[in-house]
Amino acid sequence: MLTREQWTEKFVDVIAHASSQLPPDVLAALKRGRDAEEPGSLAAKALDSILTNVEMAKGNWQPICQDTGTPLVWIHHPVGMSTRMLTGAFEEAVRQATGRQMLRPNAVDTLTDKNTGHGQGPGIPTVHCEEWDEPDVEVRIVLKGGGCENCGAQYSLPSIKLKADRDLDGVRRCILDAVAQAQGKGCAPGIIGACFGGDRGSGYVESKRQLLRRLDDRNPIPEIDAMEQQLLEQGNQLGIGPMGFGGKTTILGVKIGNLARLPASYFVSVSYMCWANRRAGARISEKGAVQWLN
Amino acid sequence: MAKLSLPCDEAQIRGLKVGDFLELSGRMITGRDAAHHWLLHGFREEVASFLKDSVIYHVGPVVKKHEDGHYTFVAAGPTTSAREEPFQADVIGKYGLRGVIGKGGMGPKTLKGLQEHGAVYLHAVGGTAQVLAQAVVKVEQVFQLKEFGVPEALWVIQVKDFPVVVTMDSHGSSLHAEVEKASKAKLEQMLGLSA
Repeated sequence: MLTREQWTEKFVDVIAHASSQLPPDVLAALKRGRDAEEPGSLAAKALDSILTNVEMAKGNWQPICQDTGTPLVWIHHPVGMSTRMLTGAFEEAVRQATGRQMLRPNAVDTLTDKNTGHGQGPGIPTVHCEEWDEPDVEVRIVLKGGGCENCGAQYSLPSIKLKADRDLDGVRRCILDAVAQAQGKGCAPGIIGACFGGDRGSGYVESKRQLLRRLDDRNPIPEIDAMEQQLLEQGNQLGIGPMGFGGKTTILGVKIGNLARLPASYFVSVSYMCWANRRAGARISEKGAVQWLN
Repeated sequence: MAKLSLPCDEAQIRGLKVGDFLELSGRMITGRDAAHHWLLHGFREEVASFLKDSVIYHVGPVVKKHEDGHYTFVAAGPTTSAREEPFQADVIGKYGLRGVIGKGGMGPKTLKGLQEHGAVYLHAVGGTAQVLAQAVVKVEQVFQLKEFGVPEALWVIQVKDFPVVVTMDSHGSSLHAEVEKASKAKLEQMLGLSA
């Protein structure tokens, strides 16, 4: 078994991956976007700059974006493993990665308004631990910046304004509205994680967990899959474009989950992720062998 | 691509319009949420000369402190400017700024301030922290580091060929307002909400 310090080392590696190595499916989507834009347009130039930046960050193992965000962490662990140990090890990993400039000191004490200086504080990072029957630990993370986090939105249905009822069409209307409201402010072209159902807290958490999915995967539930494909197309018809400069590439993907709801509530929670979808995952064996996941 | 040296003068700024690409060289200062508050409470003599006829960059950089005490920017893309909307026009007027660099654009109050004082909004590509950090050739000094922390401090930097595009000019044009209007009209059409 690995010691707590060894877990911290592994987690620092996962953070370094996420901060500097953009997943290949996101890179491919950005390239498709660039090729779709008019040559010489503001949209094409913005995407060119983004693609250059992705390569520079990758080659130098430096942060893709200076806002290294909140680390959102999901850990699966074998039966009997201490979740306190894993959470503590990840918190320490955030402090160490911050000291090595893989993360920015990104935690501000909300009472004193002072930056903690080491990137960690109550609620940062958010670590979700879940037991499973496998012998390995699987850790998946997303680094989600503040600019895009500020573009998240939660809707309570029905909505007269959006002509949205408590059904899939209503869900679709809310998500499309969220894309339009975000404009370019969340660093378009963005990726939409959404959840319908749940309460106000669980709905947002699930919407963020959707951001762990590959852009080219398909939702196993046919109705939701169809909605994801339709929203991707409709979002790009809004014409907001990269950075909100206007253009054809407004979003790169839409990923939707659903939870049960109370009879009285019907929430649609939308998390906007910037183009720099800094997602990383690793499966780590009892002896410390690492298998990187896409 | 056109070049602009900082500091600059009002005539140069009045000559710029929405859609112009620019490469900036010279000295500028960074500042975001805490800095804008601070700049408006009293007159901050110690930084005034860095703001006059130059630009303020909305950024919270990742910074490395070297053993001999000097700093370099490791990652430095723009942050969302909209949060400074209540303060920006006043900061521009008070300190004689000629421009703002950020992302996402700003609103009507800032647009009016740009017209009134002869300044522009310059959009850098959000998330391109490596491309832009490379254009920061020197970190000269820093203000309010202890009080505000690394992301919120005011860093005085030298840049070379720092790429931006004018998205709000000093003649009342805003690309952001245009795109927002068109995209929201499209949304209303798609959802059948048009009156």
